[in-house]
Amino acid sequence: MNPDPRNAAPKIGAEQIDLLEKLCNACAVTGDESEVRAIVLEEVRPHAAEVKVDALGNVLVWRSGSSAEPRRKVMLAAHMDEVGMMLVMDDGDGLFRVETVGGLEVRQMAGKPVWVGREHIPGVIGAKPIHFMSGDDRRRAPSLESLRVDVGSGSTKARVGDRATFATRFQRIGPSLRGKALDDRLGVATMIELLKHAPPNVDLLLAFTVQEEIGLRGARVAAYTFDPHLAIVVDSTPANDLPAWDRSENTVYNCRLDRGPAIYLADSGTIADPRLARHLLATAEKHGLPYQVRQPGGGSTDASAIQRQREGVPSISISVPGRYAHTAAMLARLADWENTLALLYYTLTDLTAEIIPLSGNGAK
Amino acid sequence: MKDLIRKLVETTGPSGFEAEIRDLVQAEIDPLVSEARVDALGNLIARKGEKAADGLRIMLSAHLDEIGVIATHIDEMGFIRFTNIGGVHASTCIGGRVRFVGGARGVIQAERLDPPDKIPSLDKLYIDVGATSREDCPVKVGDVAGFERPFLDLGDRLVAKSMDDRIAVAVLVEVIRQLKDTPHELFFVFSVQEEVGTRGAITAAFGLDPDLGLAVDVTLTGDTPKSRFMEVCLGKGPAIKVRDSGMLADPRLVDCMVQIAGRLQIPYQMEVLDGGSTDARSIQVSRAGVPAGCLSIPCRYVHSPSEMVDYRDVQNAVRFLVEFLGGPIHLA
Amino acid sequence: MPENNFTLLPFLKSLISTAGLSGNEAPVREIILQAWRPLADEITVSRLGSLHALRRGTGPEPRRRILVSAHMDAIGLIVTGVTDGFLSFTSIGGIDARILPGQPVIVHGREDLPALIVAPPARLLPESMGDGVVPLEYLFADTGLLPHEVTRLVRAGDLISFAQPPQEMNGEILCGHSLDNRASVAALTACLDELQYRRPAWDLWAVASVQEEITLGGAATSAFDLLPDLAVAVDVTFAKGPGSSEFNTFTMGKGVTLGWGPDVHPGLHRAIKDIADRLEIPYQLEVMPRHSGTDAYALQVAAQGIPTMVIGIPLRYMHTPVEIVSLKDIYRAGRLLADVITRLDPAFLDTLNVDKPA
Repeated sequence: MNPDPRNAAPKIGAEQIDLLEKLCNACAVTGDESEVRAIVLEEVRPHAAEVKVDALGNVLVWRSGSSAEPRRKVMLAAHMDEVGMMLVMDDGDGLFRVETVGGLEVRQMAGKPVWVGREHIPGVIGAKPIHFMSGDDRRRAPSLESLRVDVGSGSTKARVGDRATFATRFQRIGPSLRGKALDDRLGVATMIELLKHAPPNVDLLLAFTVQEEIGLRGARVAAYTFDPHLAIVVDSTPANDLPAWDRSENTVYNCRLDRGPAIYLADSGTIADPRLARHLLATAEKHGLPYQVRQPGGGSTDASAIQRQREGVPSISISVPGRYAHTAAMLARLADWENTLALLYYTLTDLTAEIIPLSGNGAK
Repeated sequence: MKDLIRKLVETTGPSGFEAEIRDLVQAEIDPLVSEARVDALGNLIARKGEKAADGLRIMLSAHLDEIGVIATHIDEMGFIRFTNIGGVHASTCIGGRVRFVGGARGVIQAERLDPPDKIPSLDKLYIDVGATSREDCPVKVGDVAGFERPFLDLGDRLVAKSMDDRIAVAVLVEVIRQLKDTPHELFFVFSVQEEVGTRGAITAAFGLDPDLGLAVDVTLTGDTPKSRFMEVCLGKGPAIKVRDSGMLADPRLVDCMVQIAGRLQIPYQMEVLDGGSTDARSIQVSRAGVPAGCLSIPCRYVHSPSEMVDYRDVQNAVRFLVEFLGGPIHLA
Repeated sequence: MPENNFTLLPFLKSLISTAGLSGNEAPVREIILQAWRPLADEITVSRLGSLHALRRGTGPEPRRRILVSAHMDAIGLIVTGVTDGFLSFTSIGGIDARILPGQPVIVHGREDLPALIVAPPARLLPESMGDGVVPLEYLFADTGLLPHEVTRLVRAGDLISFAQPPQEMNGEILCGHSLDNRASVAALTACLDELQYRRPAWDLWAVASVQEEITLGGAATSAFDLLPDLAVAVDVTFAKGPGSSEFNTFTMGKGVTLGWGPDVHPGLHRAIKDIADRLEIPYQLEVMPRHSGTDAYALQVAAQGIPTMVIGIPLRYMHTPVEIVSLKDIYRAGRLLADVITRLDPAFLDTLNVDKPA
C-alpha cells in the first residue's frame, strides 16, 4: 500500500495561490510580457545559479542537480504570454480600433471592461444598445472592425501600439480558480514551485517563454540555447466538458475538470515521445495520482517548437484543464492544479537512465 | 525488388510510430553500410562512402511514416472515434480497413449521411473493431492505426497503400545495394514524421549539416480522367522536381540532374507540383542553408489506400541515383 | 577597390528590369554584386544564393555586428506545361489572378521569349465561373510562336517574369514590377554608399536575401550563418491609395515606417525612433500586432534569438506589375540606416532592454 502520494511532492497552499493571483492579474499580451517577466524574475532569482533574459524576452533559468553525474538536462517550459488585443488606430475622443493578438474569442469581446497598457488604464469595449438593433442584427456577432476600446474622452496615456486585456480579477471560488490567463499562468506558477523544490537527480532548465500564442516563437530559441536531453511543457488545455446542445454524449470534450492533469499523446504540432508518455502514465499509476489522456488532435504547445530544435528533443506536454480558454475568464480546479504539480514532481524524481538514454540513440 | 516493396508497403507505421518499419529497413541495410544509428526523433541514418577530394557530404531522405488515424474517444458500445495523422480525406476512408499498431483490426464506417451523397467530415466516421462495449474494446484513446490493403502487382503497375513513401524507401535500399563506388560521403536518412510536417528531416539535416540534400518522394500525375492539369505521367520516368508548394529546388541541382539523366539516356520528367511538399524543404533551410532538390516517383491516387506507381519509373529512379551518386557532382 | 558609380534611380531601374524570381535570384544578384563590390570589404554568396557584404567597423575586437536584410527575390510564375503552344503556369509567391490577363511577361525557356498572359473567352471556361475572376489554372501565356517552336524552346519548370518596363512619374515617383522589394535593396545600397563617409564602430553585414516571398529561407539561413547581434529587415509596406484599408496604411512620400509588434525588439525600436527624431527624418508608426510578414520573422528566431526591427517603405498596389514608390522615401530609408549604424557604440547591447517602456 503506497503512503499518501502527495507527502513528498510540493503542495498548493495560500502562498502558491497568492502568486497565481498576482500572475493572473498581470497583463502580458504576446509581444510585451514585461509585467509577468518581472514577477518571474523576482521569484526565481533566489533559487537558481544562473538566470538570463534572452533577445526575445524569455526568462531562462539553470538549476543544477546535486546527485552523481551524469545527470539528465531536463527542459521545462511554460509560456508567460496571454492572448489579448493591440490598439491599432486612434479614432479620437478616447476611441481606439483594436486587433486581436493570438486566438482571442472575438464573439466575446463586446460589452466587456478592459485594461490598456502597462498602467492598466481602464477602458471598455462597448456594444450597440439593443434599442437600435433589428432582430437580425442581434443574431450577428459584431465584427472586429466595428469594435472600439473606449478609454473615455479627455486626455489619456493610452497610445496606438499599447496592448490590452480583459479586466478580469482573479478569484478563488470554493474548489475553483477563476481569472484571465490561467492559460498559462498555471504553468508558470507550477514551474516556479518546482524550482523551489528542485529534485536532485536532474539538471533543470526552465524556460518561461514568450510569444507562444502566435507561433511558439520563444520556445524555439530557448530550446536551441538549452540543448536539453528531453523536454516537458506545462500548459493549460481547454476542458470542453459542458453538456452538448441536445444533451447527447459529449465525444469532443478534449479533457475534463476534476480528472487530474491532462497528458498529451498527440496534438496537431507534436506526437509525444512514446518513452516519455509511458513514463508519465506509469508515474501517475505508481503514485496513485488521477490523470487523463487529452483527446488527440487540435491545438499545439511549446513542445512542437522544442522537439524540432538541433538534433531533436524528445518532448511531451502536460496541462491543467481549464474551461473557457481565450475568453475574459477561465475556470480551473485547485485539485487538478495540485495533481499536475505532483505528477510533474514525481516524473522528475522517478526519471531513470533507461527512459531516455544520454547518447543520441533514440531506439524506441 | 517487388518483394521488398511488398514487405515495406504492408507494414503498419503512421507518423510517430515507425518502429516496426524502421526495424525492417535496418535489417535490410545493416550489412551494406558503414554505420546505422537512430536519432532522438527516430530517424534511421545510415552512412555509406568516404568523401574524396572532389566529393560532397550528401543527405538523401525517404520517409518511413505513412498517414493514419488516431483514436480520440471510445463510446459505450465500443465504437472508436478518431482524427487524422497527416493528410487523410474522409472520401478515402469509408468502407476501408485499418490495423492498429497494437494489432487490432477494424472497419471504418460513417454515421447516416444526410443528404446521402454528401462527403462527411472525419468526426462523422468511426472504427468498428468488433467490440461490444468500451470495456472489451482492445483500443484506447491515443492508439494509432494505419490503413490496411494488400499489395497488388499488375505487372508494370504496382498498387498499395503507403507507396507514399515506402516506394522511395525501397528505391534507397536498392541504391544502397547497387552502389559500388562513390566519391561522396552519403547519408541515407529514413525519416520520421514527414506526413505531419517534415519534422524528422529538420533534425536529421541539422545533425548531418550536409553540402547537398536530395529527397526521394512520390508526386502526383495528370494522367487520369478529368484530373487537374499536370504533365507528369506514369511510365515516362522519374520526375525532377522544380517546384512544389513548399519550395523551389536549387536550380543548379536541377540542371545537374537534367544533364546526367540526359547523358545516360534515363527517361525523366520535369515536375511542378501545386499541392504538397517533401523532406527537401526542411533540408533546404537547415542551418546556413543546403542546396536541395527532390527526385519524385510519379504516383496516382496519393493518400488513398490504393496508390499506383509504374515499376519502370521505380527502376529508372534507382538507375539514376546509382549513376548520380557514383560520380562527382558540380553545381555551377 | 573598384570605382563606385552608384546613383540611386538608374540602379533601381536596372534592378526592376532584371529577373530574380524566388529561388532563382542569380540574374539580379549579379547587378547588386557589381554595385556593392566597391562599397564593401568582403562579398560572399550564401549556400542558398543570398548576397552577403561585410563592411568592417572600427571598434575593438570582438566586434559587434548588425545585419540589415532586404530581400532581392520577386514573385512571378512558373510553367506547368504546354498545350497546343499555349503555356499553363502556376505561381511563385503571392500572385493575384485578377491582374494577370493582358500583362506582358518574359518566358525564360531555352531562350528568353516575350509573351502575353491571356484569359480564354467565357465559352471556353467552366459555366459555373460566370463573370468571376479567371483563376490562375485556366489562364495561358501566349508567346506568339507556332506550337512546334514553343515545344522546342519551353518546358514545365521554366520561369515567367513580368516585363512591365520601369516608368518615372511626376515628382520623384517610380512605377514598375518588383519594387517589392528592390526598392529596399536600393535603400540598403544607398546606405552602403553613405557609409563611405562614416566610420561606424560596428560591423555591418548587408544582406540581399533570397526566397522571402516563398519560405523566408534566405533570412533564416543567413542569420544562422552570420549570427549578428542585431538585425533589421527593410521591406515595402502598404501605402494609402485606392483599395488599401483605412488603417495601417501610410502616406507615400511622407517617410518610412517603423515597425512595432512581437517581431520587433521594443528597445531597438526606441533607439531607432530616437535617431529618426533627432535627425528629423520623417517616419510613421506601423503596428504589427501579430507578424510583420517580413524577413524579421525569420531573423528573430535564428539560433539563440536576435533583437530585430522592421523599417518599411510605403508602396502602392503591392504584388502587381504597377507598383508605385516614392524615391524620397527610399533615400530616407537609406539615410536612416546609415545614421543608425554609425551611431551604434560598442556598448549599445548592454543598454538594450526588452522591458523599458517605448
